Amino acid sequence: MIKIKQTIRSTLVVTEKNIRIYYSKPPVIIFGLLFPFFMFLAFLLGREVNLYEFFPGFLAMSLFFTSSSVGPLITPWEKTSGTYERLLSFPVTTNTLIFGDAIAGMVFGLGLNFILVIVGALTLNYSINIITIVFGILIASFVFSAMGVFLASPSSRNPSNIMMLSSIVRFPLIFISGIFVPISQLPLGARILSYFSPITYIVDIFNYSLKGKHDISLAIDFLALIAFAVIFIILSNFFHKRNLLKGL
Amino acid sequence: MDIIEAKSLTKKFDSFTAVDDISFSVKKGEIFGFLGPNGAGKTTTIRMLTGVLFPDGGSALLDGIDMKKNPIAAKSKIGVIPETGNVYLDLSALRNVIFSGKFYGMKQKDLINRANYLLKELGLYEKRNDLVRGFSKGQKQRISIACAIVHNPKILFLDEPTSGLDVQSQRLIKKLIKDMNGLGTTIFLTTHNIEEANVLCDRVCIINNGRIAAIDKPEVLRSTIERTKSVLVSFNKEVDTKSLKDNKNINKVDIFSDKLRLYTDSPDKVVKFLTDYAEEKELVILSLEILKASLEDVFIELVKKKSDD
Repeated sequence: MIKIKQTIRSTLVVTEKNIRIYYSKPPVIIFGLLFPFFMFLAFLLGREVNLYEFFPGFLAMSLFFTSSSVGPLITPWEKTSGTYERLLSFPVTTNTLIFGDAIAGMVFGLGLNFILVIVGALTLNYSINIITIVFGILIASFVFSAMGVFLASPSSRNPSNIMMLSSIVRFPLIFISGIFVPISQLPLGARILSYFSPITYIVDIFNYSLKGKHDISLAIDFLALIAFAVIFIILSNFFHKRNLLKGL
Repeated sequence: MDIIEAKSLTKKFDSFTAVDDISFSVKKGEIFGFLGPNGAGKTTTIRMLTGVLFPDGGSALLDGIDMKKNPIAAKSKIGVIPETGNVYLDLSALRNVIFSGKFYGMKQKDLINRANYLLKELGLYEKRNDLVRGFSKGQKQRISIACAIVHNPKILFLDEPTSGLDVQSQRLIKKLIKDMNGLGTTIFLTTHNIEEANVLCDRVCIINNGRIAAIDKPEVLRSTIERTKSVLVSFNKEVDTKSLKDNKNINKVDIFSDKLRLYTDSPDKVVKFLTDYAEEKELVILSLEILKASLEDVFIELVKKKSDD
């Protein structure tokens, strides 16, 4: 019990530190805020877009970019600035650091996207299923954030290398996840690939929660997101431990 | 009572053995110096002792707790000032110290009081709310120390704590090490500065090529190489060192700006020779001093010996 309490306390200390330091870093603002905003504008301006239909996909894209923007930055930044070794000498495990980083990214995604949900609900007249949308945002923001932390695990002293790598991984995902084209209308190959993207499942949850329509069962959506969360945390733990001192 | 026990510690990086089966112990309340040339295995050893790195073989016990088996409990007994242990530049001095203290479960009020007290002691109280970004290297190092001792650790590990600092910061840090030790904290100090180890440490361990070359009190180590006595002399004019080297009692001559250091087994004979030499060459002796073996001599001798082996 004491161990659990200590782990939770240490995780929250790491989270608080990350919130204070990394939310205002330029890569987080660019990839987490400006990028989804300009993507939204690029699809909206100069064409007739049915916002009611498009909004759940945009919400998923926004949640993906905001939640996954903090994680890739933290470890390389700490290694470059020389604070990582101090962090390792505190009474914490690698998993505590990983959870602390993942929760910081999750909170960033939650804060912004709950505002978007409220704005969307008020302006687009959705009849929202509050329970599924709240749980969906909570789980998906953690999955995307954990994915960001996993992307930070290759050893690099240069945060921009990791941000570039994370962009290479993240961009293709938004085109195969049913954000712009429903997965039922994707060609077979792309449809199969879409099931390997965690974004697909949150798009489905948002479609159900806002419009009452969905392509996959809700149980599968939630189970798939939980599975992705577990996989990203296990992979992060393995690779962060393996590359612990590289780049110090 | 031993508070640090390193038992057959070994660490390999691919085929390179950075630390090769080393064992030693540190007594409670000691200031223990850990010396060695670059790449000797000092930082790898300190990283294994502080739980940053797991050993490939052997174990490290901190206050009786095995670092490998129970790292959280072992780490809560120690404070660490790592070699590359910078502080968060985007946080204030006070916030940095509070952040460190939170990991040890200190109560918020006690933590704030302790952080303020330490910043006052370290001469940074007036700047406690300023972002560390604008601080000098010495000031950052002082915050690093405050972060490491905020929870009153039983053992304090310092990896090159005064390296590259100004004299004022060096003095402050040395005083703090003494003060902490006076209050019962065991100090494990890695340093390149042999004079610092000589002045501060109760015992010194010299490591070379991942193995322990010697471990004892500084004065005992010095006495093991008493033969490296020397005479330091300066004259009013430049002299031909070849004529000095030809003397059978002088083993070696080193030049330090205007002074000559003459290594010998018989300093008395060399002093007599020098006075005769000065008279004969019509020189004036400006200074003359017999030097005993320093810890630096011990270090050089041991490192050289190992290299020759």
